Amino acid sequence: MKLTLEIWRQAGPTHEGAFETVDVPDAVPQMSILELLDHVNNRLIEQNLEPYMFASDCREGICGTCGLMVNGRPHGPGQNTPACQQRLVGYNDGDVIKLEPMRSAAFPVIKDMVVDRSALDRVMEKGGYVSINAGTAPDADTLHQNHETAEFALDHAACIGCGACVAACPNGAAHLFTGAKLVHLSLMPLGKEERGKRARHMVDELETNFGHCSLYGECADVCPAGIPLTAVSAINKERARAAFRGKDD
Amino acid sequence: MNNTIETAERAEFTQPASIVDGVSLGTILDNAEPKGVPTKDMWDWQKDHMNLVSPLNRRKFEVLVVGTGLSGGAAAAALGELGYNVKVFTYHDAPRRAHSIAAQGGVNSARGKKVDNDGAYRHVKDTVKGGDYRCRESDCWRLAVESVRVIDHMNAIGAPFAREYGGTLATRSFGGVQVSRTYYTRGQTGQQLQLSTASALTRQIGLGNVEIFTHADLVDLIVTERDGQKRCEGIVTRNLITGELTPFTGHAVILATGGYGNVYHMSTLAKNSNAGALMRAYELGAYFASPAFIQFHPTGLPVNATWQSKTILMSESLRNDGRIWSPKEPKDDRDPNSIPEEERDYFLERRYPAFGNLVPRDVASRAISQQINAGLGVGPLHNSAYLDFRDAIERLGKDTIRERYSNLFKMYEEAIGEDPYTSPMRIAPTCHFTMGGLWTDFNEMTSIPGLFCAGEASWTYHGANRLGANSLLSASVDGWFTLPFTVPNYLANHLGEAVLPADSPEAAEAVERAQARIDRLLNIKGPNPHGADYYHRQLGEILYFACGVSRNVKNLQEAIVKIREIRADFWANVVVPGEQNYMNQALEYAARVADYIDLGELMCVDALDRDESCGAHFRDDHLSEDGEAERDDENWCFVSAWEPAGEGKFIRHADPLYFESIPLQTRNYK
Repeated sequence: MKLTLEIWRQAGPTHEGAFETVDVPDAVPQMSILELLDHVNNRLIEQNLEPYMFASDCREGICGTCGLMVNGRPHGPGQNTPACQQRLVGYNDGDVIKLEPMRSAAFPVIKDMVVDRSALDRVMEKGGYVSINAGTAPDADTLHQNHETAEFALDHAACIGCGACVAACPNGAAHLFTGAKLVHLSLMPLGKEERGKRARHMVDELETNFGHCSLYGECADVCPAGIPLTAVSAINKERARAAFRGKDD
Repeated sequence: MNNTIETAERAEFTQPASIVDGVSLGTILDNAEPKGVPTKDMWDWQKDHMNLVSPLNRRKFEVLVVGTGLSGGAAAAALGELGYNVKVFTYHDAPRRAHSIAAQGGVNSARGKKVDNDGAYRHVKDTVKGGDYRCRESDCWRLAVESVRVIDHMNAIGAPFAREYGGTLATRSFGGVQVSRTYYTRGQTGQQLQLSTASALTRQIGLGNVEIFTHADLVDLIVTERDGQKRCEGIVTRNLITGELTPFTGHAVILATGGYGNVYHMSTLAKNSNAGALMRAYELGAYFASPAFIQFHPTGLPVNATWQSKTILMSESLRNDGRIWSPKEPKDDRDPNSIPEEERDYFLERRYPAFGNLVPRDVASRAISQQINAGLGVGPLHNSAYLDFRDAIERLGKDTIRERYSNLFKMYEEAIGEDPYTSPMRIAPTCHFTMGGLWTDFNEMTSIPGLFCAGEASWTYHGANRLGANSLLSASVDGWFTLPFTVPNYLANHLGEAVLPADSPEAAEAVERAQARIDRLLNIKGPNPHGADYYHRQLGEILYFACGVSRNVKNLQEAIVKIREIRADFWANVVVPGEQNYMNQALEYAARVADYIDLGELMCVDALDRDESCGAHFRDDHLSEDGEAERDDENWCFVSAWEPAGEGKFIRHADPLYFESIPLQTRNYK
């Protein structure tokens, strides 16, 4: 299958970027988007030309390292699927595919399709944890958690931290990411203790770095971990709860 | 710390000679086990007699941790919690990445809560026997004993383990053991342990106890010599965004840089996992233990085309209904459905009539690989075997098969482009986990004082074959519950010593070495230029063939010669476009391939040298009468720890193994 790629090339954060056109005469439907880029890059390297930079690691959809825009949509056309798992099956001979970095004010471009997502880590540093030191935890069997709660917590803990929710959002909000953490940790037996403090600090940091949420819902449509859209409601709910309660828990 | 209670009575040990040219015999290693203590009690004894550092003195020590996976992230967080000055380095953009995240099955813990009679002894027994008696028994006891609080801690810091309806923790049985000791969070246990650990580390970063350096790739180590003794006192990193080389110094360095399975070009490992840190340490005198001990998984998706980036695991449950076969004639490229019954060889059913297609993982891998090596591989690259559901569909109907395996069939069809309902699947053994790694003593310190190693990067616990669900456990135990004891024990002896200045001659020398390696890679203008992938691919094919699931003397000898040819070709011709002073993934990759070539040679030397079969190291020339792996405990009951001695020359040091709790016994899977 013959494809034409429009690939973003940008030397660095302060440089101007532009699309470059690359013809791929021998694309195969079973290739993933990332393998297609590998294929292009290997050909460039063999000719001593510089490859296009993009981030990826596990290629199994769990590490969250990859993430680029495919025809304007984070990760590609498939719903709730990371780029490494999106294959070319849906494309036809002669199609044009546009590949560019995740677009968001909070994610400056490092080079080509690699972006800086450290704003997400800054939110995590403010409270995305449980304050228990090594060796001091009580017996996990005596900290009861019912089956359903554990499963619901895991639904939210499954976030792979790829940043697609931010890139998909017209406002550049990270409510799905942050909401997922608030829901998950508030349900853990020991995570409850600092629930209010966590909500205050994380939401403050969230608003410093990211846009506001208008409930477009595009985040949940692309999220490779399938975090439910209801997670965004945790932002207002947890913040209001903390404010009314006025306590750390 | 004084290790001697009384002189232990252990049999005299002598190393066997090597059949490999260029290998000379080294020392018998002191593994820092307390003498005269039963292996069962060694960890407790060791902890009781370790040096401590008082809380006010901890700030005076700088500890560098390389890697933020499960073991490195945990070690950095725990040492930060204790009050040490910690710097942690990762080549990722955030500590939440790392390949620990991809582990699925679960994490073992010998909590022994149930009445299925599990406990630490059973766990040690399964680990030692699983490892075919090529691990250190005292390490396995530590693993089992500390496993209990791993679960408590991980649950407390955020891992939502599966729960019974009564609210207590659920467990499952895993990897053929007779008890139920595997804790899990659906099929994403690695992810939850990794994310919890990363969040604990993030907390320490937020509190200012740990400083993190992301996009920081280790490119060299700073090793000093004081009073005639080597010491590791720092690292050199390359910033992957700016290309800048920076020395960092500290009182101790922990390498937690993961496994080296990507040496095979195609493996289940994450694309960035590499052997760089291990090879730099090895070159500077940290011995490399058991490099040839590699675990393969029998049901990987085959490598189907040259553009494929890695191999993916398919659940082994497929073997419940699929029949594995290959054609009787080599290079039989006919449509598999048109190959008549009498021209098919259902080789697992033929060779193992009792278990058939359900033989254990390593037995299946070996049999499939023997077919492929004998030229009977199928598929476009003749590198796989058929896994056929035709008979199961006839017997049970397509709907039943769809109910059982629809996800897997869909994944297969998307990846390979063939429909498993109408045409047999193809599978091939694929490299999955590396048991070998830097040799460490009982305190997890390498042969360079001050340099520690943890997780898959180290050789510890797994011997010649890893027990299922022990990999997440070993990384957790190393990081959370071993290094926080043993690193302070080492530091206590260096109280009052200033940290090595970052502009010292030793640091400058390490930076120069790293720079020279980069310059060399960027300046090759050979007559026959190729990208690094071209060499890596060839290396991978050689290793799968000669140093893969089954090995023999002739193939290994030829492989060593071929790998040396690849090395010469690589250094004469490799093309690395671009420059050093910005993000350059082609440069990163070329440096990794250069390491893989050296490591591949070392693996073949180890596999050729170890003149026995054990666990995953299966030598065709060491088989019992019924064709199974035959250990040689008389001569080879020790760990080989390798030191380089110039081109084509290697020194084999030995760490003798003694089994007290689990007496030596032959493994039997018939």
